[in-house]
Amino acid sequence: MEKLLEQIQKGTVWQFPGGVHPPQQKSLSNGANIARLPLPDKLVVALKQHIGANGKLLVEKGQRVLKGQALTKPVANWSVPVHAPSSGIITEIAPKPSAHPSALPELSVVIEPDGKDEWCTLNPISEPKTLSHTQLVDIIHQAGISGMGGAGFPTYIKADTKQKIDFFIVNAVECEPYITADDTLMREHAAEIVQGIELMQQLLEPTVCIVGIEDNKPEAIAAMTKAAEHNNKIIVQTVPTVYPSGGEKQLIKLLTNREVPSMGIPADIGVLMHNTGTLYAVQQAVYEGKPLIERVVTVTGNTIHKPGNVWALLGTEIKHLLDCQGFSPVPQQRVVMGGPMMGFTLPTVRIGVIKTTNCILAPDHKELAEPGPEKACIRCSACADACPASLLPQQLQWFAKSKEYDKLQEHNLFDCIECGACAYVCPSEIPLVQYYRVAKVEIKEQQAEKIKADRAKERFDARKERLEREQEERKNRHKRKAPAKSDDEKQKVADALARVKNKSNDGNEKSAVAAAIARAKAKKLEGQNTEIEPDNSEVAKERALRKEQARKYKEQKELSEDATTPDDKKSAVAAAIARAKAKKAAQAQGAQTNLNDANTAPADDKKSAVAAAIARAKAKKAAQAAQANTDDADTAAPTDDKKAAVAAAIAHAKAKKAAKAQGAQANTDDADTAAPNDDKKAAVAAAISRAKAKKAAQAQGAQANIGDADTTASTDDKKAAVHAAIARAKAKKAAKEADKIEQLDESNSTVEQADNVKYESSEADSPAENKKAAVTAAIARAKAKKAAKEAQQTQSDEDTDQVAKTEPETPSEATPEQTAAEKKKAAVAAAIARAKAKKLQKEGNDQS
Amino acid sequence: MKLTMASSPHNHSHKSLTRLMLTVIAACIPGLIAQVFFFGTGVLIQLVLAFVAVTAFEAAVMLIRKRPVWSALSDGSAWLTAVLLALSIPPFAPWWIVIIGCLFSIVIVKQLYGGLGFNLFNPAMAAYVLLLVSFPVQMTAWLPVTDLASNPIGFTEQLRLIFTDFTSTGYSLDQVRAGVDGTTMATPLDTIKTDVAHGLTVSESMQKPIFNEWAGQGWMWVNLGFLAGGLYLLKEKVINWHIPVSFIGSLALCSAIGYIAAPGTEPGTVFHLLSGATMMGAFFIATDPVSASTTNKGRLIYGALIGLFVYLIRTFGGFPDAVAFAVLLLNIAVPLIDYYTQPRTYGHGAVK
Repeated sequence: MEKLLEQIQKGTVWQFPGGVHPPQQKSLSNGANIARLPLPDKLVVALKQHIGANGKLLVEKGQRVLKGQALTKPVANWSVPVHAPSSGIITEIAPKPSAHPSALPELSVVIEPDGKDEWCTLNPISEPKTLSHTQLVDIIHQAGISGMGGAGFPTYIKADTKQKIDFFIVNAVECEPYITADDTLMREHAAEIVQGIELMQQLLEPTVCIVGIEDNKPEAIAAMTKAAEHNNKIIVQTVPTVYPSGGEKQLIKLLTNREVPSMGIPADIGVLMHNTGTLYAVQQAVYEGKPLIERVVTVTGNTIHKPGNVWALLGTEIKHLLDCQGFSPVPQQRVVMGGPMMGFTLPTVRIGVIKTTNCILAPDHKELAEPGPEKACIRCSACADACPASLLPQQLQWFAKSKEYDKLQEHNLFDCIECGACAYVCPSEIPLVQYYRVAKVEIKEQQAEKIKADRAKERFDARKERLEREQEERKNRHKRKAPAKSDDEKQKVADALARVKNKSNDGNEKSAVAAAIARAKAKKLEGQNTEIEPDNSEVAKERALRKEQARKYKEQKELSEDATTPDDKKSAVAAAIARAKAKKAAQAQGAQTNLNDANTAPADDKKSAVAAAIARAKAKKAAQAAQANTDDADTAAPTDDKKAAVAAAIAHAKAKKAAKAQGAQANTDDADTAAPNDDKKAAVAAAISRAKAKKAAQAQGAQANIGDADTTASTDDKKAAVHAAIARAKAKKAAKEADKIEQLDESNSTVEQADNVKYESSEADSPAENKKAAVTAAIARAKAKKAAKEAQQTQSDEDTDQVAKTEPETPSEATPEQTAAEKKKAAVAAAIARAKAKKLQKEGNDQS
Repeated sequence: MKLTMASSPHNHSHKSLTRLMLTVIAACIPGLIAQVFFFGTGVLIQLVLAFVAVTAFEAAVMLIRKRPVWSALSDGSAWLTAVLLALSIPPFAPWWIVIIGCLFSIVIVKQLYGGLGFNLFNPAMAAYVLLLVSFPVQMTAWLPVTDLASNPIGFTEQLRLIFTDFTSTGYSLDQVRAGVDGTTMATPLDTIKTDVAHGLTVSESMQKPIFNEWAGQGWMWVNLGFLAGGLYLLKEKVINWHIPVSFIGSLALCSAIGYIAAPGTEPGTVFHLLSGATMMGAFFIATDPVSASTTNKGRLIYGALIGLFVYLIRTFGGFPDAVAFAVLLLNIAVPLIDYYTQPRTYGHGAVK
């Protein structure tokens, strides 16, 4: 330290590696004194002009402020206030384009100066030595002073450094070409700057203060030396003109031969640095009580008529500066805020001057040529030779292009100060600094995401653990309770089970059914059937019931069965048909009670539903004037759920066909009349009858209008469907109007009508464009014939017999001895047979 | 008013690739002049052939790659390769030698690897080695100094010889190569090597007329010419001093040690430095930026190892001259050298 101090006092200047010598171009703007500009029309004061946080707004729109009045007050850490640069009215507090290449909007206060430039109350301190450390720091803080050399670090924080400072360095180097702001400030206000230095010395108490000035500013050097000669702790040191000797790290190395540790601050090595402009502002804040509201800005470039330095109020739009100094833009004009090496282009000139704006450069293309196309890197290492931080820019750009972030970190990307010396010398004109800026941001983003991801993983793990724990507890809870079942509970459970069993044993039907099952089993044992009985006890019960009913009907009707045929099947078929006829007769006679019986008999819901279906089917047949009733077997058949379903389906289909052919409104009514007393049954029946009604309506519509029939018989299925839908709708309406119960009379009459209509329709059918139409017509005719032949049942019976020879014996004749399976098969086969019969009949009757 | 956006820095040193390459080509001129003076204008014919060939091949590849042709040609790197190749091959080599060399160096060694800046090996040297290994007869058909040639031929005769393998009077290349004493002349390095193998001492061998008191007659001046060009490049800061200095220094050191150890069979430092392609290699070939090490510390190691390999191959290897082989061998080692020779960054592990 001693040795170092000696060396410094002797005037030793060390060196940093690299560096370039761009043309200085200082003479453009360092000729004249700092000019004062007229007040601009508006001042756009950004709330944040430093590294840190915004202050809290103290003013609002429409308020009149005085020059130097605080617009914000510092709140959080690192927040610095801003002040009104002139007196006037606040016209807006809104986001305005910021001083950044992106010009992203940032909150700003827009003041319209009233021209009076009236100061607020100032508190100058004539004897700052009387101030305490805290007071002095507070004055600096409240004056809104942040680093004016370019970075904008809050000065009060630096001034309040707790670490021991050996060397306080004043950065008056101004190494960037074109910029002469500090140069002229030092020439004109060297005394104030030295006062500012002394204030800092009061705060920091450094061993020595070194003012570094480049040797291209002889007048400034002279002025500062003269102003500081009374203070032997201030050394004015000239340094050779090299870019970037004004960089903080480089200047420290130049003047003290110490290196700032990577990711550290100069205070770590006992050094602190301030810009001359900052020190001038500090002096103004203390001695004049004036907050930071203006700064020296160099306005220069070949397109500026009067290049030079001006006192610019903070918030002055760049446009005003350019206009005051005269500006003749060239095509593809660039306006750079800052110097040519590190400055950034502005997308608009409607941006306000901020505390770190030291230069506005508006070059033409002769002095600063536009960059050529980027070529491949030839690894000439001119960039590495120029780098002041001893990095390897050629490797960094290689890794940045290939996004190898870990290699970039290995090669110390974050030690790059973005001075631009590497890109300045690159023969391939690669925009190296841009690649590094982008890479730095990408790495930072990656690190931030990693932190987020780690936290998310932590949370996820904790949650998983918690869920597992809860699951364990739940399991354990269950385990714990199970063995603790008391005897009472067990008894309760047993009682409940018993009740259930008892319930299931209630009912006469059950006993009857059980008897039937018993009989069946007995038969089985007798060896009549070797097939294994399927487990369908309920179905068996139903079957038994139906059998009983059928037997009843048989007795009642006393129809002459076809006893001649020795074939069981034939007889069964005949019996079925007979039953159907009987039913019809019963219906015709208003024997609704039969249906009701059939419907009411089964106590079981299922049975009732099935029975309802059967009844409805029968009703359909009746309504259709009994022609379309090879379904008799269908309706009589169901001893089986399946059979019933199949039968019902076939019945529906037939009914549909019949309805189409006949258009019997009676269908709907019959369907309705078929509705059983039971509510459920009624609902189900109603639904089914509605469907039938639809069909009927379709048919009705068809018969009512030849056209309708045509349309239904149209070749286009879609059209038919549409018309069918319309017909259904109509039918629905009709159904709603009709009574659900006891309209047999109507049905009878409608049946007669249907008969007539049927005849009509069959004749009215359009010359069979549609197969279906012809088919339905044929069926209708067949049915009509059947109806006509009702009286002569035997004949029809014979016909059907002949056709249905293969029909298995119907379940109505089936004895309980027969197995359920057989019955099932029988029913299915019967259905199929009936269908075939129908077909044959239709064909047979077609010719007639 | 619409303002143009650009990223800093906004000024540039006006160093450009084209300028760089053309400066290097210009620095070859003293050596070229020496070659023409001592060995005839054959080298100029090869130069023209090479120029035409590289232009054609580079343009063709750029068209295939759908890249702008002139922007690739205008950076001058292909022409520099042509110059270096033309200077490396015997002046009267048949025309197809240089064409094949250019094809290999431009299309395969440079463009197939990715174009300028992406090639792993020095294109001129890779082509030279290909030719040497594939066509040893033609590639070792060096000429004697014109003074010593028994059948010196004029320019048109040389053209004829290069394109048709025979002069108009029917002399073949071998006959043209014959020296005044009737024997075909080899290069000085080759002569020493064969003589020592036959049992002569170096000093005895150096009594032959092809040698002057230092090294081969014409060859010494060619090397001095390239040395002058190289010093010019250093002054212009086109190349860094690290590679030439370390190469020459290492070769000098190795040959000095060899000479001290075996003065009879070792020709010594001056001979090594002024013979063969030493100076051209030191300033023009080993300094090719793309294939050489890119850190300064790395360059020192790179140059030194090249010098060592040149000495070893010349003394103990099968070929008389070894610069091409040594350079190619060290090209392979460059990524490793670069990785381990990163400079100390500011603020890391500093003193104080």
